Amino acid sequence: MATKHSRSAARLMMAPAVILLLGWMLVPLIMTLMFSFKKYLPLRGGDLGWVGFENYVRFVSSSAFWPSVGATLTIVGGVLLITIFFGVLLAILLNQPMWGQGVVRILVIAPFFVMPTVSALVWKNMFMDPVNGLFAHLWRFFGAEPISWLSQASLPSIVMIVSWQWLPFATLILLTAIQSLDGEQLEAAEMDGAPPLKRFGYITLPHLSRAITIVLLIQTIFLLAIFAEIFVTTGGAFGTRTLTYLIFQRVLESQNVGLGSAGGVYAIILANIVAIFLMRIVGKNLDA
Amino acid sequence: MARAVTQQRKIINTTAAWGIGLLIFFPILWTILTSFKTEATAIADPPVFLAFDWTLENYSAVMERSNYARFLWNSIIIAGGSTILGIIVAVPAAWSMAFVPSKRTKDILLWMLSTKMLPAVGVLYPIYLICIKLGVLDSRGALVIILMLMNLPIIVWMLYTYFKEIPGEILEAARMDGATLKEEILYILTPMAIPGIASTLLLNFILAWNEAFWTLNLTAAKAAPLTAFIASYSSPEGLFFAKLSAASTMAIAPILILGWFSQKQLVSGLTFGAVK
Repeated sequence: MATKHSRSAARLMMAPAVILLLGWMLVPLIMTLMFSFKKYLPLRGGDLGWVGFENYVRFVSSSAFWPSVGATLTIVGGVLLITIFFGVLLAILLNQPMWGQGVVRILVIAPFFVMPTVSALVWKNMFMDPVNGLFAHLWRFFGAEPISWLSQASLPSIVMIVSWQWLPFATLILLTAIQSLDGEQLEAAEMDGAPPLKRFGYITLPHLSRAITIVLLIQTIFLLAIFAEIFVTTGGAFGTRTLTYLIFQRVLESQNVGLGSAGGVYAIILANIVAIFLMRIVGKNLDA
Repeated sequence: MARAVTQQRKIINTTAAWGIGLLIFFPILWTILTSFKTEATAIADPPVFLAFDWTLENYSAVMERSNYARFLWNSIIIAGGSTILGIIVAVPAAWSMAFVPSKRTKDILLWMLSTKMLPAVGVLYPIYLICIKLGVLDSRGALVIILMLMNLPIIVWMLYTYFKEIPGEILEAARMDGATLKEEILYILTPMAIPGIASTLLLNFILAWNEAFWTLNLTAAKAAPLTAFIASYSSPEGLFFAKLSAASTMAIAPILILGWFSQKQLVSGLTFGAVK
């Protein structure tokens, strides 16, 4: 029973969080929007006035733009494909009866807790180093010429590092979803003679579809924003400059704030398109 | 009736799962092992797994050379400070949304979530500029505030989900028995809310500890936490595998241990309650 008194108290309790988040969202957003319509070079003259949509046009017509879109799509798409495919398989495997299930779960989840700079650097040096890396040892063992991973196969290498970080997340969520699957349904299908592949396609997969969608959306939002993995490994060289990294370089490295801000606005729009779908699913689940 | 599982099938499952589990865990295991090797053994071809002279020299070398303690301290202050501050701001908000819901509660929750989806790079320069103007670039205080704001939606959301599960009838019963508001909060609500607050604290501490966009872009020498410390280990230092491993092990060990405790909260926390 909410009285008028308790309602105003509730509003007061919510105020700090709402005001802080509102400020956190609006102030930088308005500044980015403003900068994006200006020629603004902090190190070369500062604020040089309004230029309309020039930055927006220049950002997409620069020679770095389409390659960065390609790199972004390759990384996001590759990681999604790998993590969801192997995530489903792993979730099914981990759901089977076995010894030491808890320990295996811990082993599988562990990479998620490794800080991005550590995993990027460990992979870059200890595994992918063309002279002393483990892969180089392995290649030489089989008589092959070691590969200089991060320059010759830069995008696949980054996809691999990032997939290793995110596979635990996909697996854990899919495993949680699979555990709510009704075992009797599968059993009945088995008794009726449905082969394993059909049982998977007609019962398990439809049951998982919602969880898969959620993994897809949440990962897309985080993957669009990956930064440290590229910062530490290639610094954007060898075709690994994603949209996020391109904006970072425009803003902080070449200090072309107007141009970078226009890129930032594109990134915000892109993330919002994905976010709308995610919010719908989350909202439906919320009985507030 | 549970499905009858043959012993043979259980053996196959166990072997496959352990094999894959160890494969996924291998890079971490390898890093930990390498941290106890000498630099020469660390790059030996063929690689040595366990039969080497274990040494702690890398740990002492890292501690001496790089002022490791300061980076660690920065990480603790930034991750701990932002989490605690976030909880202080979020508890009342989540509390009122859970116990005095209004028509707009759902909209507010979803709006808060939407702020989490803003790509950080889109607001990189404004935040950078604000930090310069306020003279707080490369300060722990700025990062505490920024990471608090960044994780606030998740904190509010998680607390809200936990508080929702506290049955309102208990409060009514306590009131009937003549409990005052103070007693109600102290003896009934707080004990019931503590597990939820604790797991929120844990998960957000981990997220803040590993955050690597703002910590890399807004710190230099003074306020750099472990994420930035490790990033500075790119070549040539990074080619000293044993020292790199020791530094990495020290940076991830505390979180790996905390992480194992937070497995359960991870799912509902990171999917905003959409998967439980």
